Amino acid sequence: MAAFASSGNRVIDRGIDRGGALPFRAAVGQLGVMSKSPLQDGVERLSRIAGSAAGQIMEVTRDGSGTHLVDKLLEELQEAAAEVRAMLEASSWRMPDEEMERRIQHLIHGRNINEHGVDPFGAEPAYMRKVVPFIEFLYRVYFRTETHNIERVPDGRVLLIANHSGQLPFDGMVIGTSLLLERNPPRMIRTMVEKFVPTLPWFGTFVTRAGQVTGLPDNCRRLLDSEEAVAVFPEGARGISKPFSQRYQMTQFGHGFMRLALETGAPIVPIAVVGAEEQVINLANVQFLARLVGAPSFPLPLLLPILGPAAMWPMPVKYRIYYGEPLYFEGDPNDDETLMAKRVGRVRDAIDEMIQQGLKERRGIFV
Amino acid sequence: MTGKQRAKKPRKSTRTASTGKTASAGKTGRAKASTKPASAPTTMTADDQQLGLIEEPPRPAVRRTGRRRRQPRRKSTVVITGITGRLGQLLARRLHRQPHVRVIGIDRRSFHRKPRDVEHLQIDIRRKKCEELFRTEQVDVIFHLGLMHDPRQNPDEHHSWNLVGTQRVFEYAQRYRVPKVVLLSSADVYGPQADNPTFIGEDAPLLGARRFPQIRDLISVDMLSQSYFWKAPEIETVVLRPVHILGGVRNAMSKYLRMSRVPVLMGFDPMMQVIHEEDAVAATLLAATPGVRGVFNIVGPQALPLRKLIALTGKQDLPVPHVIAPSVADRLYKARLIDMPAAEIDFIRYPVTLDGSRAEKLLKFRAHYGVADAVASALRNQVFDGSVERAVSA
Repeated sequence: MAAFASSGNRVIDRGIDRGGALPFRAAVGQLGVMSKSPLQDGVERLSRIAGSAAGQIMEVTRDGSGTHLVDKLLEELQEAAAEVRAMLEASSWRMPDEEMERRIQHLIHGRNINEHGVDPFGAEPAYMRKVVPFIEFLYRVYFRTETHNIERVPDGRVLLIANHSGQLPFDGMVIGTSLLLERNPPRMIRTMVEKFVPTLPWFGTFVTRAGQVTGLPDNCRRLLDSEEAVAVFPEGARGISKPFSQRYQMTQFGHGFMRLALETGAPIVPIAVVGAEEQVINLANVQFLARLVGAPSFPLPLLLPILGPAAMWPMPVKYRIYYGEPLYFEGDPNDDETLMAKRVGRVRDAIDEMIQQGLKERRGIFV
Repeated sequence: MTGKQRAKKPRKSTRTASTGKTASAGKTGRAKASTKPASAPTTMTADDQQLGLIEEPPRPAVRRTGRRRRQPRRKSTVVITGITGRLGQLLARRLHRQPHVRVIGIDRRSFHRKPRDVEHLQIDIRRKKCEELFRTEQVDVIFHLGLMHDPRQNPDEHHSWNLVGTQRVFEYAQRYRVPKVVLLSSADVYGPQADNPTFIGEDAPLLGARRFPQIRDLISVDMLSQSYFWKAPEIETVVLRPVHILGGVRNAMSKYLRMSRVPVLMGFDPMMQVIHEEDAVAATLLAATPGVRGVFNIVGPQALPLRKLIALTGKQDLPVPHVIAPSVADRLYKARLIDMPAAEIDFIRYPVTLDGSRAEKLLKFRAHYGVADAVASALRNQVFDGSVERAVSA
């Protein structure tokens, strides 16, 4: 029984997001103990999650300058609130309507919009017009976004490669808004979204109408061939759903985007998003619940007991977006994985460098 | 027999040599070759000739495929399976007025309002009797439209009808040297899926039966036809995969739009592609162009969201939460209140949008009718919904 207990503890120590259930089961099997009922198993799993959550909460409070963390956060929030108040009073956050209309017209211009007001991918300019005030509010007021070096995004076909974080893809939305509001002339972003998204009611439709496209190589190729700006988050679902303990540690990059860049000759603009990692404090990903609902991950936010599902809504953190110099790659899109990994690593390093710079520059998560 | 085999070999070689040398092809070239002393003397006896033994095997059908080589006077004979269906009728009407075309229909259903000069064989295509037609007539094109897609049919019969029927069509085509077979498959073979690409190409896997197993026979028919690209390369096989056809047809999409309130899923609004029945027929005709072979997606006007499509009908939609929709639909289907099985709900949840550029390029096919026309024709042809016919038969 001693072996049994110790193996159980080891699993708890390792946390549940690394698939802790397996070694535990294996240990039980080796001891020849009968496997437990599903109820017992569920209780076990939940207690393990609770243990891991407690560990993470400890870590959150250890963050920054230790004991004064809460005070510091409150100060930051006050400062942010003052900034927002000033912005709202002067209503300086809204772009003049004519200017906005000019920008939207530029986005629509030359697009293959049919008589039903949609392009072949399902983007609907009339819908986008309706959504723009909302995303502009989020971009300017709620997230008080700072965008650096957006002029580095070239005209013509381009792949925008960014780190992914924040449980819900607000980072994609903010990058898209920055291209609409800050770049001259504006560009429309076509994000490659997770294949799980179209299965969601309302959100899936919203994403499609706003011009975002299911993340498939064929879609990406066609968009790049028609000189669009395509955003890819090569970390995908495993990047966005990282637990808080792994913030700003990029997960493994997929290689698909690099093959497409080589194939279509599109330059790659690395983008670092700083701030999104703190918008939702995810304690752990519950894999068995994710499997149950058919989602890529099932995060357990810190504020879940207080806010319920609304805990997934991002906190008003400050977003910082850093655009890097465009990288041009040449080569065979069917090169072997090791060579691809090197090329992808080059992009990843560029993003990582900008993330580190951004983290150094910022004073806090809300300011 | 050994003498005959020996006799054949040198003859073949001389023939190829002679055609290579001189421009004069055909009978004169062959006659010269046979009179040459180099070739072995013919071993054919009068008896052999009476039995129909010939010195030379029949030439492969490849040489007959081009219509231009045939004498212009001969009428070309077109066989349409499933001619009494809506599309079969439209196709027959387009063809029978052309002076050099003879239309023969095969369908086990009777053909009301049959044009006088259209011949109709009321017979099951699986029956051996059907072979007689191909034996006696020199058929130039087979339009295979006689596929069944009725979820209420007995699945056993459904499967056999579609697969055995198609197998027969190709067998006859191969045996009696029909140069062209056109199969009207459907875009449904790709299946609606969340991760479908926006432009599905002809090479995409046919996943339609993944969540809708009742249509596996239609996928098998499509695949079976494709296998004749290599099994019988002398036949120009064409597989057409049109998007939802709207009009007087009794297919799921037309029926769906004819409902008094059109159900949709809350929060879902997939992109839809539809095509007017006349356009679908036009594409089928274009597929008979000599030299055309392969698989073609047939796409009508540009895609639009489902709700905009429903708005064109002037009807109200009926939003249903997607979590309960399958079980509700299943009950209504079993109670015979709706004609769509629950699995078809995916068609109003996820998109199946095709890339029609191949047909545009090789078939020179372009849709003539817009979405509004297609929707209007689906609504105008309520009569074909079966209700009237059922009343008449009763």
